[in-house]
Amino acid sequence: MAHNDTILIQISGVSYRYPGSAQPVLDDLSLTFREQDRLGLIAPNGSGKTTLFHLIMGLIKPDQGTIEVFGKKVEKPRDFIPVRRKIGLLFQDSDDQLFSPTVMEDVAFGPMNQGKTREEAIEISRKTLAFLGLENFEERITFKLSGGEKRLVALATILSMEPSILLLDEPTTGLDARTKSRLIDILNHLNLARIVISHELEFIQSVTDHIYTMENGRINLDEELHIHQHHHVHRHGKQPHKHV
Amino acid sequence: MIEEPFASGNSIIHRIDPRFRVAVAILVSMEAALLKDFRAMAFALAGSLALVFLARLDLFHVLKRLFSLVRFLVFVWLLIPLTYEGQAVYLFGPLAWSREGFLLCAQISLKSLAILLFFMALVSTMGLSTLGKSLKALFVPGKLVHLLLMTYRYIFVIGQEYDRLETAIKIRGFSPTTTLHSYKTYAYLVAMLFVKASIRAERVHQAMILRGFRGRFYSLDTFTPSYRNWIFFIAMMGLFIGTLFLERGSVWPITIRF
Ligand SMILES: Nc1ncnc2c1ncn2[C@@H]1O[C@H](COP(=O)(O)OP(=O)(O)OP(=O)(O)O)[C@@H](O)[C@H]1O
Ligand SMILES: [Mg+2]
Repeated sequence: MAHNDTILIQISGVSYRYPGSAQPVLDDLSLTFREQDRLGLIAPNGSGKTTLFHLIMGLIKPDQGTIEVFGKKVEKPRDFIPVRRKIGLLFQDSDDQLFSPTVMEDVAFGPMNQGKTREEAIEISRKTLAFLGLENFEERITFKLSGGEKRLVALATILSMEPSILLLDEPTTGLDARTKSRLIDILNHLNLARIVISHELEFIQSVTDHIYTMENGRINLDEELHIHQHHHVHRHGKQPHKHV
Repeated sequence: MIEEPFASGNSIIHRIDPRFRVAVAILVSMEAALLKDFRAMAFALAGSLALVFLARLDLFHVLKRLFSLVRFLVFVWLLIPLTYEGQAVYLFGPLAWSREGFLLCAQISLKSLAILLFFMALVSTMGLSTLGKSLKALFVPGKLVHLLLMTYRYIFVIGQEYDRLETAIKIRGFSPTTTLHSYKTYAYLVAMLFVKASIRAERVHQAMILRGFRGRFYSLDTFTPSYRNWIFFIAMMGLFIGTLFLERGSVWPITIRF
């Protein structure tokens, strides 16, 4: 795959051990993530995928090693403020992500925090919801949504912040086949660099270009799963969609 | 779990600006709580019944809610006349029920019924998030309002977690008895619930920080003004003043006696 050379995320020799546990979860892990990269991560449960995402977002601090985002080393909490504006993390559990009573308020929460006016925030939230095919969800109560609906709304709360990188932690859990193919469509319409964690090979093949695994706390770069790459036939889908 | 059986509706009351409803409900309830005159209480009760009628609430749910109040009132009627000093009207061995006690019970019953009905008609006819916004608009501190909303939001999640844990122990053949094993199991269950709730709280906070949260909440709502609100407000002021008139024999001065 030809890609632009700008490095977005550079992780060098990062180790992390959860306080109180004997084994490090991540051990001397390195990863270079470039612009336009669409990277899939398939690895067994407990291999540290979620932990890696949390390190990139600065939710936890590495014991060793460095992380650079957009060419700048990130260490202090202050360094992560621009990072969080540019990287959208979809949590593994949507109940962690949705906390406002209504969908509209939740989707508008990010834009409001970014300093947008009320009108701008509502406007961008509407567009995002429409893009995801959730036009009538604005006044729905977040905790009364189904699991799959929560997933899509959680994605909306990330997209409304207009990130340039997406980190998706098992986005397909709880989605039926139809919603899953809708999600594939959506992701293929978003021209965003991404790292996608999933246990579903077919899904991850449709939305990423490279697939890596993790082993012993490291990303296995040598053994990039050489699965025949194919462009998804439904790239532009049958369903009508709008663009943001 | 928490139900909001009255929240969605299309009655006259539902269409009144929630802020007006909350403000009026607080005002008339406080007034009702301070009443001493039976005519005034009856008037307030009639007013509250009229509002419940106007809100076209589902009778079954209304009675269900009233029932929990009635259960409490039964105890009031049994116990207060017994312990309240005054002229005895009924003797049973060493026990004496006093007339003053009964009067007090009647007051408590009328007032609490009126207040409950006011709140049912005016406040429970909006969803909790709307209530939160109204409180904020009425100068209740934002942090307090969000505490209320977040509690509401995550009570569901914690409730679901409780259900999951309970199912988990049930499908493995647990049925509660009065053995130590049972108590231990329930202790674990509750402990797990607390642990999970605190982990959840932490992750929710993380998610909020990732979306740029810096301790400030913004509200999206604007309330649309309408002449209906003012008609409602004037009518309710009529109720307020009418009650006051019955209580005091005159409207001025409006210093409420304690
Ligand atoms: N808060 C924590 N405290 C202690 N240990 C943790 C914590 N969170 C995760 N771990 C441990 O770290 C390891 C990696 O966890 P992580 O959640 O990153 O795995 P994962 O690859 O995302 O797994 P899954 O596919 O199940 O989501 C696991 O062995 C887990 O037990
Ligand atoms: Mg995980």
